[in-house]
Amino acid sequence: MARAFQPKVLTANHLRSGAVVWRTVDGRWSADPREAELLTDEADAEVLLLKAQGEALEVIGPYLAEARPGLQGPELVHIRERLRATGPSAGLRVTQLEAL
Amino acid sequence: MYRYSDWDETFVRARVAEFSDQVERRLTGALSEDEFRPLRLMNGLYLQLHAYMLRVAVPYGTLSARQMRALAEISEKWDRGYGHFTTRQNIQFNWPKLEDVPAILSALADVEMHAIQTSGNCIRNVTTDPFAGAAADEVADPRPYAELIRQWSTDHPEFQFLPRKFKIAITGSAEDRAVIRAHDIGLRLVERDGALGFEVIVGGGLGRTPILGEVIRDFLPEADLLPYLEAVVSVYNGLGRRDNKYKARIKITVQENGIEAYRAATEARFAELRPLFGGADRAALAEIAAQFAPPAFAARDAGAFDAAYAADPVFRAWADTNLNPHIRADHAIVTVSLKAHGQAPGDASAVQMRLLADLAEEFGHGELRISQYQNVVLPHVARADLPALYARLKAAGLATANVGLVSDIIACPGLDFCALATARSIPVAQAIALHFDALKLEHEIGELELKISGCINACAHHHIGHIGILGLDRAGVENYQITLGGDPVAPSARLGDRMGPGFSAEDLIPALERLLLAYLDLRTDRSERFIDTYRRLGAEPFRAALYQTEAKANAA
Repeated sequence: MARAFQPKVLTANHLRSGAVVWRTVDGRWSADPREAELLTDEADAEVLLLKAQGEALEVIGPYLAEARPGLQGPELVHIRERLRATGPSAGLRVTQLEAL
Repeated sequence: MYRYSDWDETFVRARVAEFSDQVERRLTGALSEDEFRPLRLMNGLYLQLHAYMLRVAVPYGTLSARQMRALAEISEKWDRGYGHFTTRQNIQFNWPKLEDVPAILSALADVEMHAIQTSGNCIRNVTTDPFAGAAADEVADPRPYAELIRQWSTDHPEFQFLPRKFKIAITGSAEDRAVIRAHDIGLRLVERDGALGFEVIVGGGLGRTPILGEVIRDFLPEADLLPYLEAVVSVYNGLGRRDNKYKARIKITVQENGIEAYRAATEARFAELRPLFGGADRAALAEIAAQFAPPAFAARDAGAFDAAYAADPVFRAWADTNLNPHIRADHAIVTVSLKAHGQAPGDASAVQMRLLADLAEEFGHGELRISQYQNVVLPHVARADLPALYARLKAAGLATANVGLVSDIIACPGLDFCALATARSIPVAQAIALHFDALKLEHEIGELELKISGCINACAHHHIGHIGILGLDRAGVENYQITLGGDPVAPSARLGDRMGPGFSAEDLIPALERLLLAYLDLRTDRSERFIDTYRRLGAEPFRAALYQTEAKANAA
């Protein structure tokens, strides 16, 4: 039997700025993954992905990322996706370290 | 240093104009992303995990003070106030906006720089010894040849669509500081019977299939460099596999065909090509070489250095680790560590870049280099000026005395930035540096090359680290595999041995501590480096320390 569909969110990078964005319920691209629509139906998810691939003037590289429901909205499952949401974990940036 | 000719200037400006137009067409929808992607990659623009990334070529690792200042300005104006120096002597900006990239490329062109061929299946920026033109052990300065190769390979019509990317490294010294056996082509300047030539090595590379290059020509007269390189690459262009990305590098082509067959094909092609060059390459080299004349050195009394060295133990520690011998006894090569304990290896802020530019002008004839170890080098500093230079570096937090030690870690950007990575490497490097600094053990441990890659593509060269760490994804959890005994330095270059099961991020540092404490017990004395002890005893006692098992009898 095929593995049950794992819920997903639709994510991409903003064309002009490169910023990471997620697709919201009302069809916007948001910088906050907690605003993302949690897609629980595989067919819906595929359709949304195809649609996003057609939005070449707004986003690039759209794909579906695994997520699970959380108290404040979808929570990203994989560490790669979580880092993509939070930004580099390398806490000590050189610009913050220096007291020049 | 090399200054652009009118031809260079016109070419780079034309490329900026062309790419600006392509960006405009992408933003208005005249180009699709599929059409635009190869165009942006040809100009060094990637899409990474969080944002676009622009990789700028630092030609063979050399920068003028003016160029360093321009990089600082670009980082402030269009990025986040810092840049990341890479193991290929380049700089990467991690946060540019697509719409700003034309302006960035234009600002780079203003200081004779570009991002051309820093990506894609073409000949990439040539790398060389960061001490070139300054090292005491140099046969000849490799930079004129590196510039000649840059000019030959830039927009070379035959080599824009190679089976895969192609990297050339060149050194002029007996001690290999350019890792020539880990490149598609490695070149070493050698002298034979009074004549200058190259030892040519082919088919090296790390990544998922690490292979050290083999000698294809033990002595190539230097005058034949370009026709011979063209022959090697031309044979690869024909024979290299295009059916499988993972078998497309020249290292696989050489392995599949055998070095003898590859050599024969190269020599045959070389015989055809050599007469076609007609001397234009020689004329170009003569013009280039004149621009790499050494700076006007002045004889200086090194008394101030000797006095500071005797009086100040902190200065002495820095001098012992961060200086290398210069062609002139009254000068030194200074390595400025970009590895302050706890910082991201290779990052430099705009403030630091400007300071380094100022110091290069005041103390170092306006020259800077980027090293494969992700540090900055001031190649020509009078010993008399070292105490003053040190004081200025120290005030700016740039005087870390750790070059060549355990915290001088090469780390790729890893999963914090890279779309291909499987695990983080920067935070691991930071934690290791802080840990051994807290133990105050790193000077006791001595010379050690530790390299951390965040995926099997091995950008941090972990296979040739004395200690190599490879970050992998094991069911969604970062896991770190250790290799020991690698050595980057030809002719003794060697790939490391994989130890065993990987470690979690938490268990990795205690394992490394056990490993290095074991080394301190096992070494004959301080002069025996980690790699020497490993060579003498083999893997077993070190494996036992890592995994806390009894050493096998043969280690006794």
